[in-house]
Amino acid sequence: MSAAVLQAVPGTGIDVSGLNVWFDDHQVLHGVSFSVPEGGALGLVGESGSGKSTVLRALCGLVDQWSGALRIDGADLGKTRSRGFYRVVQMVFQDPFASLHPRHTIDRTLSEPAQVHGLDRVEDRVVTALEQVGLDRSFRFRFPHQLSGGQRQRVAIARALMLEPRVLLLDEPTSALDVSIQAEVLNLLKGLQRDLGLTTLMVSHDLAVVSHMCDAVAIMNRGRILETIAAEDLAAGRVDHPYSQQLLRASSGFDRAVIDSFVDWE
Amino acid sequence: MADLKSAAPLLEVEDLRVHFHTPRGEVEAVRGLSFTLGRERLGIVGESGSGKSQTGRAILGLTAGNGRITAKTLRFQGQDLLSLSPKQWRAVRGARMSMIMQDPKYSLNPVMTVGDQIVEAYRQHHRVSAAEARQRALAMLARVKIRDPERVFATYPHEVSGGMGQRIMIAMMLIPEPDLIIADEPTSALDVTVRLQVLAILDDLVRERGMALIFISHDLPLVSSFCDRILVMYKGRVVEDLKASDLQSARHPYTQGLLGCLPRLDHRQETLPVLRRDPRWEHGTLEEVMR
Ligand SMILES: Nc1ncnc2c1ncn2[C@@H]1O[C@H](COP(=O)(O)OP(=O)(O)O)[C@@H](O)[C@H]1O
Ligand SMILES: Nc1ncnc2c1ncn2[C@@H]1O[C@H](COP(=O)(O)OP(=O)(O)O)[C@@H](O)[C@H]1O
Ligand SMILES: [Mg+2]
Ligand SMILES: [Mg+2]
Repeated sequence: MSAAVLQAVPGTGIDVSGLNVWFDDHQVLHGVSFSVPEGGALGLVGESGSGKSTVLRALCGLVDQWSGALRIDGADLGKTRSRGFYRVVQMVFQDPFASLHPRHTIDRTLSEPAQVHGLDRVEDRVVTALEQVGLDRSFRFRFPHQLSGGQRQRVAIARALMLEPRVLLLDEPTSALDVSIQAEVLNLLKGLQRDLGLTTLMVSHDLAVVSHMCDAVAIMNRGRILETIAAEDLAAGRVDHPYSQQLLRASSGFDRAVIDSFVDWE
Repeated sequence: MADLKSAAPLLEVEDLRVHFHTPRGEVEAVRGLSFTLGRERLGIVGESGSGKSQTGRAILGLTAGNGRITAKTLRFQGQDLLSLSPKQWRAVRGARMSMIMQDPKYSLNPVMTVGDQIVEAYRQHHRVSAAEARQRALAMLARVKIRDPERVFATYPHEVSGGMGQRIMIAMMLIPEPDLIIADEPTSALDVTVRLQVLAILDDLVRERGMALIFISHDLPLVSSFCDRILVMYKGRVVEDLKASDLQSARHPYTQGLLGCLPRLDHRQETLPVLRRDPRWEHGTLEEVMR
């Protein structure tokens, strides 16, 4: 198996090297390293608490105590993120219910980031972003509670696209959705990834979802990346670490023999 | 293993309807549902809002105050559930049938130790000494694979992990030895390995005690690998009723669509098929929809 599945060209994409994170002196990430080339897609999978969201939060400057190197397009990220950072990097979260302001119209939700960044043609941008996520103009003056879960997640994606970012960080973007709606949102994200050449880092607990969306997958356990493998290798069951093998076996349904073979990794 | 085909059905449901009165009018959450249940594992699947939980709650007499239940038949062990008095319900619910919910946080009492809650669940239905009830509760905790029952007995619900909380819930619901368990998304919040371990515990108990299980879930592949039979619900109705092992040859386009839109590890495709909903699914029989 190739050691470096995704090799970033120096100076482009996302590069994380030796990332450690602590919360109240409790270390939750241990030397996390990976890179995503420009226009590429990497998935982070692992069980809850393994540190996936913390990796994304560290990139966004939402974590106080950390060490290591975080680079976007070759530039080192320091303690805080400039306004310009969000022109390049945007994030979409799991819960479309929690991430939209309940009393703001969709129009306001989408306009605000553009206004904060002093962009022109805000109205055109709103309409374009809505088009990109497959919502027509009639949605502009609705409120979140008037939308379905899938429509809300489309709005959250549209908001992320408003600043025309080049890097998208996705944290379980379809975990709260029905599988039929998940398919629509994944198709949308994959199309955007392809058409806009977005560099994508996607977190999910679902192996099939990440291997569908990404070129390579990093498997996390207790704050460490155990291995990074090409999506085809994951699909073919070619994983090295016993934990990855167990995760893979567990995702194929109820099988007593498999369950009885589980080892506790806690 | 229990006899799967004992003579009289455990539960008979015919033309079950659940209506809700809301400020915006009547909502019909369950529309004419019929099935009979033996000592088997029945899965109920469908998208959110399709009426799965309301079906489970109606069977247990737990429909919300603004709801109304009607049915031609709703019979459990020969007893008509529609005419039970509150007192009669107390003898049925918990003792002969009970429900495991998705989130133990809402079903466990936060200010009572885990052990005391299980003891209470047992003593509500069995006249035994406190010491014997305690022994029963500890044995039950061990039965759901909790390694240190004595320690867990004395903890409060917020002190345990999600997987542990769900095992405690199962212990509490099973200790009165009900004949029917309705498990509503009991493992949806859990990681995949823990989820399967919890299901394995349920599976053991179902087999050993010959209980019937209604397993409500939105996860069609999981249900098909775990249950004997599946009811597929769409907008309050059962659109297809099939043996779990026959899932791959499901005939209803909705069932096929739900399976088709899942990304699969063993079959990579650029674009996922999406569900194309047909208005006929709302009212038509399988034969009409297939035509
Ligand atoms: N703000 C926080 N304060 C303290 N601990 C945290 C905080 N955020 C996350 N953690 C802990 O860090 C670990 C990793 O969490 P997280 O990155 O959210 O995992 P995942 O996204 O893989 O489920 C967990 O043990 C979690 O409890
Ligand atoms: N108390 C209530 N008042 C009005 N409508 C309700 C009430 N409870 C549930 N419903 C409606 O009943 C329908 C079925 O809900 P439910 O059985 O919870 O779906 P599922 O469990 O399949 O996701 C939904 O449309 C829901 O909004
Ligand atoms: Mg997370
Ligand atoms: Mg439900």
